[in-house]
Amino acid sequence: MEFKISKIQNYYMNTLKKYLGSIWLVLGPAFIFFLVRGAVLNIDPNQTKEIHNPVVWIIIITIFTPIAIGLMIFGWYALKGEYDQLPESSAEVKD
Amino acid sequence: MKQSGIRSVILASSVGTLIEWYDFFIFGMLSSAISVQFFPKKDPTAALLSTLAIFAAGFIVRPFGALVFGRLGDLIGRKYTFLVTLILMGGSTFLIGLVPGYGSIGIWAPIIVLILRLLQGLAVGGEYGGAATYVAEHAPVGKRGFYTSWIQATSTIGLLVALGVIMLVKFNMPDADFSSEWGGWRYPFWLSILLVIVSIYIRLKMHESPLFSKMKSEGKTSVNPLKESFSHKGNFKMVLLALFGAVMGQGVVWYTSQFYAQAFLEAKCHVEFEQSRTIMLWAIAFGTPFFIFFGWLSDKIGRKWIMMTGMLLGVLLFRPIFGTFLNDSDSVNWISKYNKVSGSELERSDYKFSFLTQGKIDTVWTNDSIRVTSTRISFPENEAVTLVKTTQVNPATLAIVKESTAFSNKHLSSSLYWKFIGLVFIMIIFATMVYGPMAAFLVELFPTKIRYTSMSLPYHIGNGVFGGLVPFISLLLSTTFPEVWLAGLWYPIGVAALCFIIGTVYLKNKIEKI
Repeated sequence: MEFKISKIQNYYMNTLKKYLGSIWLVLGPAFIFFLVRGAVLNIDPNQTKEIHNPVVWIIIITIFTPIAIGLMIFGWYALKGEYDQLPESSAEVKD
Repeated sequence: MKQSGIRSVILASSVGTLIEWYDFFIFGMLSSAISVQFFPKKDPTAALLSTLAIFAAGFIVRPFGALVFGRLGDLIGRKYTFLVTLILMGGSTFLIGLVPGYGSIGIWAPIIVLILRLLQGLAVGGEYGGAATYVAEHAPVGKRGFYTSWIQATSTIGLLVALGVIMLVKFNMPDADFSSEWGGWRYPFWLSILLVIVSIYIRLKMHESPLFSKMKSEGKTSVNPLKESFSHKGNFKMVLLALFGAVMGQGVVWYTSQFYAQAFLEAKCHVEFEQSRTIMLWAIAFGTPFFIFFGWLSDKIGRKWIMMTGMLLGVLLFRPIFGTFLNDSDSVNWISKYNKVSGSELERSDYKFSFLTQGKIDTVWTNDSIRVTSTRISFPENEAVTLVKTTQVNPATLAIVKESTAFSNKHLSSSLYWKFIGLVFIMIIFATMVYGPMAAFLVELFPTKIRYTSMSLPYHIGNGVFGGLVPFISLLLSTTFPEVWLAGLWYPIGVAALCFIIGTVYLKNKIEKI
């Protein structure tokens, strides 16, 4: 009986992981869009604050783009069920 | 391993990490003195180099340092790698203290400082993973959380030491002496070399990690740690999980509690310098033992739920806490309270006038005449505030163009001061919950042979990039929504909430017993 409940719980949990995966997949490009939009709206060489500085925006977009792509990959893995069963110990992590 | 042996391991690792954080923080805390001496805003090239020194060192170089030194640590060993990062860090910091100012050597000053700052960022990127791995691989079974939590605590103690040393120097000399070209602001940089020598001496006496030594003697070390960490799906998916399910939330909760809180108290609540700094000092001092407590607790009940609870508390309580700072330090209420007590309007004759002529205020570059009048107003219960009146006059017509009143340098009453310490302390507790078990959590996520590389990168992206961007993105949000006083908190709350959902759904609550 206990085994059956745990199996049902796992099923719902894994379904949730997959559905959420599609959200992470969309969030990645959304982050990039908002960053580029923020840069376009705020860059102003005539002002002195950091948020108007083009160099700061270039650095942030350069560093955030791979991270956003990472979030997309994370979403893709989740959608494919890669996180349904995690390793029990670090030694089990496959290379 | 004997109890005294593990203590030496923790001491050697922690002292070095503490010094690295101390070195990294003093640059940020002394940024106003540094910018005057090395990066004058009137020179556009120097201003550009200043931006690079602040942003590139923190965000690009730190993760890059994680890759460079992580790879070295997995190839040649933990001990020698984090010895190199320590020397690099201490040497760079000491040399920053020796660079002549812009007034003496011109554009070479900001160029040299930028290079040294980049080396600092590189070293910080390599240090943490080495220290955490080294301690974890020495720790007895079931005590990884407790032992590695000492490493976690050093980042906060480093901040505490940096704050303490700067305040000690600053309060023992006149402001002019502190800010001059070879003045007191350089002392914290020079002190670094002494600390580093002691730390190198301690670390040189240590042995290599037993797990790494065993693996090396069996010929099982990684040939290409970068490839094995990031191009093999089995490991890469764990790197992504560590970043999005734990470290990015930890980064924003930690930065908001320790750094944004101080900036908020000074910039938005106008609390005077000494009080805002000592509020942070007390809160951090009271909160630091909780790193160890939550590290210890994570060995008993698992890492996941402690970290997730810390994140959730941050999500739910950051706004009420910062809202209280704002409400309780409201000058308008103070002025009305003063009027009630005195029974009369503030008289112009109460003010002490001081006239600042054009060009003596950094931010004024127009041809208008500016007159600033200010006075210190004291209230019952030892509260005080400086009332600043600014009048802008057209020099041609002598007509008043603009008048404004502002409040600054608020001195809080004793009860309010301790209330603020209590609130910051509560936020530091959130930080200790997410940060205390973090090293053990990361170490247990990756196999020994690529552990240094695999854990360093997500840690420095989460901590350096997500956490380090809290001030910038908060400023961006505050500027975009000026009518919303707490708009700057949306970023840390949003990131922590996202991380909480990912961590809760995808992470396992495990404690590795090997």
